[in-house]
Amino acid sequence: MGAQLRVYKRRIRSVTATKKITKAMEMIAASRIVKAQRQVAASTPYATELTRAVTAVATGSATKHPLTTEAETPVRAAVLLVTSDRGLAGGYSSNAIKAADQLTERLRGEGKEVDSYIVGRKGVSYYGFRERRIVESWTGFTDSPTYADAKKVAAPLIAAVQQDTAEGGVDELHIVFTEFVSMLTQTPVQHRLLPLSLGEAAEESAAKGEILPLFDFEPSAEDVLDALLPRYVESRIYNALLQAAASKHAATRRAMKSATDNAGDLIKSLSRLANAARQAEITQEISEIVGGASALADATAGSDR
Amino acid sequence: MAAELHVELVAADRSVWSGEATLVVARTTSGDIGVMPGHQPLLGVLESGPVTIRTTDGGTVVAAVHGGFLSFADNKLSLLAEIAELADEIDTQRAELALERAKSDDDAAAERRADVRLRAVAVR
Repeated sequence: MGAQLRVYKRRIRSVTATKKITKAMEMIAASRIVKAQRQVAASTPYATELTRAVTAVATGSATKHPLTTEAETPVRAAVLLVTSDRGLAGGYSSNAIKAADQLTERLRGEGKEVDSYIVGRKGVSYYGFRERRIVESWTGFTDSPTYADAKKVAAPLIAAVQQDTAEGGVDELHIVFTEFVSMLTQTPVQHRLLPLSLGEAAEESAAKGEILPLFDFEPSAEDVLDALLPRYVESRIYNALLQAAASKHAATRRAMKSATDNAGDLIKSLSRLANAARQAEITQEISEIVGGASALADATAGSDR
Repeated sequence: MAAELHVELVAADRSVWSGEATLVVARTTSGDIGVMPGHQPLLGVLESGPVTIRTTDGGTVVAAVHGGFLSFADNKLSLLAEIAELADEIDTQRAELALERAKSDDDAAAERRADVRLRAVAVR
């Protein structure tokens, strides 16, 4: 067998193996999206009820709470960036990081210091490589986050918001994550969690034609708000983590699908080349034989004469 | 038909129970509170403890909630809890084991959780 043909055969074998692997990864990711979506759906009732309650307290009472009032001159803002632990998901993590970079840039432009909090190994290594300061980071649960994970992430953030800015506390809390729009579309988004923008929340409920009743607070509006807001932050972070997980799986599925398709194309073009090489080899052999035979015939014809 | 109110008991990651009820008793930070149909709009902070729901068909549903909120408006009561379990779901033996383990480990939070579970089972 010719050397060239052997090389082609070997490459075809290795690409076929790669294709099998990417195909398997695609199918695993596809099954995980469904699971992650179900989790997002299961967490929705809690989130909507909580948002309703927060809106009710914040609009229905004249209470001033550090978590709902805007600082007059915000000095520092915290940005929580949600990325994934693992790659092989196309531009998933880098898109989220880019969105966070834009937000950071904008906040700096407004004269605020920015504290970075990061979820996911990809984000941590990106910041680590560029020697940017990370206040706190969490890894290891991005594929299937639980509520306990969200609590763990939320705790230092809430503490930072409640702290005085002079002592290193923050005035604002932003979150950047990848929103799961559909199987094909996932967009990185940025939200300001705190201070609550009440206008927005009130508009939302007004748009739904919902009139918020005058609530009785037990024990008091302040206490309820005190207890409610940390839960609200936790639930928003939980929702963000779940959506990010679903997006990550969708991105992985798409990346692996195109990898599988590319491997298929590669195999096709390689086997064309291999066939051409085989044909060329056969043609060469035949012409060698014919050439040899005619040379022999010429030689014998000459000796006869 | 007696007046009834709609109850939604939701945990952070799932909806635990929903249905019609005539009376719901829960423990807030300022004491036990009973909510019946037509109650004034109310928002309260829940303590860890059992929640008793008397359903319209005469049955009783008991659940253990570990912190959370209760909000009542328009004859609709929402009980929000980070963790909520129906008494029927609770494995008594496991809760007892957990209680013992928490006591020996001096883990106050775990001890409280196990205690709430056991109390909910006892109410049932």
